[in-house]
Amino acid sequence: MADIIRRKKALSVNPLKASQPVGGSLATLGFDRAIPLLHGSQGCTAFAKVFFVRHFREPIPLQSSAMDQASSVMGADENVIEGLKTIAEKFRPAIITVLTTGLSETQGTDVKRCVREFRTRYPQFSEVAVVAVNTPDFTGCLESGYAATVTEMISQLVPETGTKPGARPRQINVLAGSFLTPGDLEHLRDLIEWFGLRPVFVPNLADSLDGHLVDADFSPVTTGGLALSEVKTLGDAVATLVIGASLKKAGDILEARTGVPSCRFDHLYGLHANDGLIKTLADIIGGAVPTRIERQRAQLQDAMVDTHFMLGFLRVAIAADPDQLNAFVHMLSEMGGEVVAAVAAGDGPALAQTPLASIRIGDLEDLEQAARDGEAELLIGNSHAVQTAERLGLPILRCGFPLYDVIGGYQKTFIGYAGARQTLFDLANLAMAYNHRHEVPVYRSIYGQKPASEAGDYPLEATVHGAHTTSAHR
Amino acid sequence: MACGLLIVYSTTNATGICMKSSKDIAELLDEPACEHNKKSKSGCAKPTPGSAAGGCAFDGAQIALLPIVDVAHIVHGPIACAGSSWDNRGTRSSGPKLYRLGMTTDLTEQDIIMGRSEKRLYHAIKQAVESHSPPAVFVYNTCVPALIGDDIEAVCKAAAKSFGVPVVPVDSAGFYGTKNMGNRIAGDAMVKYVVGTREPDTLPASTQRAGIEVHDVNLIGEYNIAGEFWHVLPLLDELGLRVLCTLSGDARYREVQTMHRAEVNMMVCSKAMLNVARKLEKQYGTPWFEGSFYGISDTSQSLRDFAKLIGDRSLAVRTEALIAREESRIEQALEPWKARLNGKRVLLNTGGVKSWSVVSALQDMGMVVVATGTKKSTEEDKARIRELMGEEALMLDDITPKKLLQVVTDYRCDILIAGGRNLYTALKARLPFLDINQEREFGYAGYQGMLELVRQLALTIESPVWQAVRTPAPWRSSGYAASAVSLSGAPLDSGRSAPQTDDAAQLEATHG
Repeated sequence: MADIIRRKKALSVNPLKASQPVGGSLATLGFDRAIPLLHGSQGCTAFAKVFFVRHFREPIPLQSSAMDQASSVMGADENVIEGLKTIAEKFRPAIITVLTTGLSETQGTDVKRCVREFRTRYPQFSEVAVVAVNTPDFTGCLESGYAATVTEMISQLVPETGTKPGARPRQINVLAGSFLTPGDLEHLRDLIEWFGLRPVFVPNLADSLDGHLVDADFSPVTTGGLALSEVKTLGDAVATLVIGASLKKAGDILEARTGVPSCRFDHLYGLHANDGLIKTLADIIGGAVPTRIERQRAQLQDAMVDTHFMLGFLRVAIAADPDQLNAFVHMLSEMGGEVVAAVAAGDGPALAQTPLASIRIGDLEDLEQAARDGEAELLIGNSHAVQTAERLGLPILRCGFPLYDVIGGYQKTFIGYAGARQTLFDLANLAMAYNHRHEVPVYRSIYGQKPASEAGDYPLEATVHGAHTTSAHR
Repeated sequence: MACGLLIVYSTTNATGICMKSSKDIAELLDEPACEHNKKSKSGCAKPTPGSAAGGCAFDGAQIALLPIVDVAHIVHGPIACAGSSWDNRGTRSSGPKLYRLGMTTDLTEQDIIMGRSEKRLYHAIKQAVESHSPPAVFVYNTCVPALIGDDIEAVCKAAAKSFGVPVVPVDSAGFYGTKNMGNRIAGDAMVKYVVGTREPDTLPASTQRAGIEVHDVNLIGEYNIAGEFWHVLPLLDELGLRVLCTLSGDARYREVQTMHRAEVNMMVCSKAMLNVARKLEKQYGTPWFEGSFYGISDTSQSLRDFAKLIGDRSLAVRTEALIAREESRIEQALEPWKARLNGKRVLLNTGGVKSWSVVSALQDMGMVVVATGTKKSTEEDKARIRELMGEEALMLDDITPKKLLQVVTDYRCDILIAGGRNLYTALKARLPFLDINQEREFGYAGYQGMLELVRQLALTIESPVWQAVRTPAPWRSSGYAASAVSLSGAPLDSGRSAPQTDDAAQLEATHG
């Protein structure tokens, strides 16, 4: 439905986009005892590592094929093969992903061939799963790199035979989109478990990057996440939930390969989407919806009624990756809010069906301009957008990647009735505390007998309330 | 304690009165300028134990005066009085924020038993003066000090002398009566202690405009809720009406002092401080009128009434010109909203003057007011309602939330407009709601305020959340919608239906 406006300007200012290798790394980090190997120069890895460390405030396992000048020109296949060997030998990981970068893709490397070469040369590491993914940063964004990696994980690790749908009648596979935080996944796990089902998240960031202390003081690979052994069982599940339009292809492959029926959800934000999820789960078990979920639904409804005064007609500007952008647009439109500016980091399958007139693929400068033009009253975006919000004088709800100026951003829960409820509260509180567009501007009578001393104290409450002209005055 | 409990019974005690006598209270209840006075049923009647709603006299007094923004307002009593009520956010200031600070003597058990509360009050005043240098301190008396016989008048007098700042006692123990009574006590205190203690500033030459004679006026009972008076004040400036004081929105102590010099007083939308207008008329001969700034027609009427009572021909001409300009401007701005609100059915449950005042505002928008609350309305108010809504007007006198919702269902209302007290009743019943009382966050006064009013009406009426909360969960066959309020949004063909339920029959009985 939405008209996608592509980038026209030469210079990207205040980028919104995080790269595909970053997205691929994120997906990898949701597997147990895993480590991504970025095939590129050292900087490709170092930047990605800092990006995640700031966001999660956790040590992040990430390695580099360390291409130098010679290998960049003469061929860097050896870097991959020897890199894999070194990692396998030193860290004994369960899974290594080889993620290409702009550099290695431009060079024209065939990483899949490199992996085959590694297998032939070092058969002693056959138990280490190695998955190669093409994730150049000159195309796509975090979401597409993540989706590509999940897709490759499934097509390379899920066995084609030997499994049987429903053999594990309590198991539900959940292909979790990149916009789901560890907090989201934890809540989703609860919801599924309350139905008496057992979720298997692909990938499972809630088990690896939920911020937990472990007994071992240091691990060069992930501690927690989806285990390789569990990947082998995906074909035995009773159903698969695919969360996020970006994972459609991954879902298709899994369903085609295993025959496990899948249910697709573009997102899980707001009442309607969660009704869909809960109905699906109730249908799967063929039983009633647990009372605590009914209660959470009733709580969300009450929150919707209470917050509609603040969120109705609220003019919102959003910058996010496609799935999350689409999710917020739906949630806000459920509340009668208006998305007046929408900027996506890259294209994605969710965008075309987002109920907006147009979506711009661009940067935070585009967001700033569009928010100003659209007279936005609230911003939704990552930590980089905080500066944008400051310049616009608007409140911001943080979401997406990276969140480096808050603690625990990765744990924020947006999904489910409970997450939606908290999100509505947060949005309404931001709107109440900072949105003064509809407040009457302070007026001082020309005849007023206010004490002369007040002239110096000017404007006291006026600044607090922001002496904006109300839209009614225009 | 400076005086014992016995003194309660003596109204002529030379050392001052520690508690209002029953004679004082009877006097406050008798308001000759109020139509309620002539009826057996009165808005100021005694509350019924077990079935009482609304605040006490202290509440009323504090609410009436707290918008005087540069005064230190000290609540003399244990914590419950100030603790649960301080920081009246609704009203706004163009300057000082001292009124936003909660100050109380927070009396302890020891203070009360050992008779140390007067001393504590004295030192509390000292602390407030030293920390904030306010132009004045107001001391609100509450139940406990009134009962133990604190002589707050004497303490205030002594403190004023020692600290060189006016200290005004507002003897407003909660048990004296209702919130309405408290409003009067507050007004009384202003007339008695503050009004007439200073002459108005001489008008600066810079404000003189050729052909415009400046006239001084007061507004009584205007609280500048959400800053809404700032929608009106520019118009008064334009007409050359100097507002000596609004009692009490965005007021300063020095403004209250000059209220005696006004040529006209306007009682804004409330009878609560009618005693102030009456006393100012008696003592200073100031004529007054009742008016409202809600809705286009009422705003215009109020401006005309100023001109009429002042009797300045030039002012009358300029007033008409301003009204013509503003009405045409706002009509045009309201046009797009009219289409959205046209035919929507409203149940209005507000008291007193606001019931007719708001009715005309809503009808201006093409909305259908199916019923209105008349709990606090006078016979005159009711006559105006009949005039506006027809003889068949459904008037709701003191209605329970349950019945209120029944009316909503029976008359297919699209929205309930009422005070914050009914807010959550409406929301729990999944019914669009507009808050029109003083806790609200938006200003609806004046021509400009109408735009905000229609925006808020459309916001809640058009909100998709109602549909979302009335639709049953997909795993259920029926939800809320089936059991209670049905919100069709489709207006009835002609007038009201005449539902035949018992409750409805009861309601019909209350028709004008």
